[in-house]
Amino acid sequence: MADDAIRCDACPVLCYIKPGRTGSCDRYGNQDGKLVRLDPHVVLDRSLTRGESVVPFASHASAGSEDWDGNLLHNSETFITAIGAGTTYPDYKPAPFIISTEIDGIDMVTVVTEGIFSYCGVKVKIDTDRHLGPETSLVRSQGEPVGHVTTNEYGSQMLSLGGVRHLTGGSRKEGTVTCETLLSLCDRKAVELTIDGGATVQVQAGQPPIVDGVREERMRVGCGSATIGMFAKQWFGKVDEVVVVDDHITGVLSQHQAGKLLGVPETGIQIKGRRSTPGRYFRVAEPGTAWGGTDIEDPLSILNPFDPKTARAGLRLLMVSTTGEHSAFFELDERLIPVEKELPVELRQSVERIRENCEPAMCSVLFMGGAGGSLRAGVTENPVRLTQSVKDSLTRVTCGGAPVYVWPGGGITLMVDVMRMPENAFGYVPTPAIVAPIEFTLRLADYAALGGHMDHVRPLSSVAPDAERRRVAARDENPWPLSVNVPPRPKS
Amino acid sequence: MSAAITSSPRAQIAFLPHQHRLHLQDGPIDLIVEAFGPPNEIRAAYQTAVQRFVTVLDELCKELLFLRQPATRESSLPRGPVALRMMQAVKPYAKVNFITPMAAVAGAVAEEILFSMTHAANLARAYVNNGGDIALHLSLGERFTTGAIETREGKIASLFATSTLDASMPVRGIATSGWRGRSFSLGIADAVTVLAKTASMADAAATIIANAVDLPGHPQVTRIPARDLTPDSDLGDHLVTRHVGHLSEHEIETALDTGSIVAANLASRGLIHSAALRLAGETRIVTHDTLHYGELLHA
Repeated sequence: MADDAIRCDACPVLCYIKPGRTGSCDRYGNQDGKLVRLDPHVVLDRSLTRGESVVPFASHASAGSEDWDGNLLHNSETFITAIGAGTTYPDYKPAPFIISTEIDGIDMVTVVTEGIFSYCGVKVKIDTDRHLGPETSLVRSQGEPVGHVTTNEYGSQMLSLGGVRHLTGGSRKEGTVTCETLLSLCDRKAVELTIDGGATVQVQAGQPPIVDGVREERMRVGCGSATIGMFAKQWFGKVDEVVVVDDHITGVLSQHQAGKLLGVPETGIQIKGRRSTPGRYFRVAEPGTAWGGTDIEDPLSILNPFDPKTARAGLRLLMVSTTGEHSAFFELDERLIPVEKELPVELRQSVERIRENCEPAMCSVLFMGGAGGSLRAGVTENPVRLTQSVKDSLTRVTCGGAPVYVWPGGGITLMVDVMRMPENAFGYVPTPAIVAPIEFTLRLADYAALGGHMDHVRPLSSVAPDAERRRVAARDENPWPLSVNVPPRPKS
Repeated sequence: MSAAITSSPRAQIAFLPHQHRLHLQDGPIDLIVEAFGPPNEIRAAYQTAVQRFVTVLDELCKELLFLRQPATRESSLPRGPVALRMMQAVKPYAKVNFITPMAAVAGAVAEEILFSMTHAANLARAYVNNGGDIALHLSLGERFTTGAIETREGKIASLFATSTLDASMPVRGIATSGWRGRSFSLGIADAVTVLAKTASMADAAATIIANAVDLPGHPQVTRIPARDLTPDSDLGDHLVTRHVGHLSEHEIETALDTGSIVAANLASRGLIHSAALRLAGETRIVTHDTLHYGELLHA
């Protein structure tokens, strides 16, 4: 038998399952050489978070008994997510699950459905100062345009991927590839993206980016000027001059406000690039993937000759990047030419301190979608009331139990961090469009008031804990979707 | 039904929400069962279904190696009742086609469970749906409406055909096969849905017709030896379809033509009642010309 296949002993079929595939039941699979159970419908369970006993599947003891006592699904401890719940798209019917729960004496209802999002995409934050590509450049996956480079944020580059124009506005291939890319990113898989006129970057939610084959380790501690501000005191007296090389603002200790305050004497250093304010220089080099997010390999290339009127032989110069990944130490010789020397121990500590202050570089993926359309009809007969209720914070919106940010203004346009959702929460339809779980939780009385499908409300205990339901532990960092203090009391 | 239910260490036995459909799952067997009739009859039917169900997988696995071998006209008969149904369903094809009894396993299991129910209880109608392969029971004057829904990677796209079956029609089985389904296919049909006398017959025929919807050697079709995907597949080194790229209208027609000829042949031999063939958004309906049952299938 194939050596990389594993034998599943969950039933007498005893399937040999290759890596990445499932057995004949589609319930057990080989994930990286391990036999895992894959089940569609996800139930969040608080008791699992607390490490209490796990009830993975329907208990056999209750199998076949006519009246489920509902004990498996405890009211306040269980939240039915929309993952795998299915949808009633195009939503002229009530959502598949409208579940009532009593929480501390208040009747709550959660409307659970999988939304089919044509208007959706992901916002990707890539912690790197390396230049990924010019703003507005196309981002491609498998050669197809799937989004663009948007604003450069503090220590991070942002990509905006997906959206209805790539999903359905371009060629069929463009739509399919865009959909695949979004789905992979939302499912926390690695995706390789190439940027027109820029880098190739491997993006995976919760993992460091890999830019042109180089794994990014750390974010910069701050821009070059900020770094001078933070560390000036630690350098004072140990070195005569410090240049912090940065793609954005390169800082020079002796000229910087921080150096002036400490009384660091002038050194005659002359930096190429455009001076912004004293000790702060823009554009010392082109953006790149070398020192401090620039294209320079040799830090001395950003220096003009030292001013002989001020400079002196023996002057000690530290050059360091904003992540501490690159550093070099020089002394001026008789001709005032910097000569590289070994980094003294006391300066090595400061370089390490810079590195220590740089947070691990990470890719963050936020799913963004608009649930303002027909999906609302699955919740209420009067869709705009749902939108209003969300705006009034009477209705809490969650995706797979994870909190979302709902944009102000019209519609229900939301963003959610895919890392806070259970795994394998997303799907797609060939439209192409992304299928994402969405749950609306509100007071039963409010639900009635907004024209909810009251005749379809059923208690949590009616949701049979059958084999199709997967229990996952609620994430500690997420507020519990059913907690009573949120949604807050109506203002009036 | 309470204490009398046979317990099984492995099988999942549960009611679906609303308590009227029974969900039975054991290994790869996944059944939705629903019976209609007086409550006591339904109860008796469900009880029998569960009792019969809990041993089916073990029975099949005892003969699994044999059931994975290609069927020939000379194949000996297996022992288990489900396996027997499988062999009987595929034997008509054994002379000309590559087929193993596994091609009819889903239909045969559905049929066996339904058989146990209708013999234990007096039901107006009932069905056992084994992942889309369905065994039906219709007493006089009763009817079922079924829909064929196109799915891609498990997501619902659209309803492409419906059929109304009444008790007077010689149809008690429905099955679907295609490369997108859970089982492998040698052809490129997205789905071939077959109506036949029994679920196991429908299952075997759907496999044969779906295999026939094909464009051999077409560069847009990706094929992989079944063994490379599933080392113990009954299809062995046969190439199974993994991806179908863009096809021209003419190519779609050609592939559907090939499949339709096979389907019409099976209909004339009485092996199927009718079939709906689906490829790249196109649907072809094949029925036995001599049979007229009003609205059979409409796309």
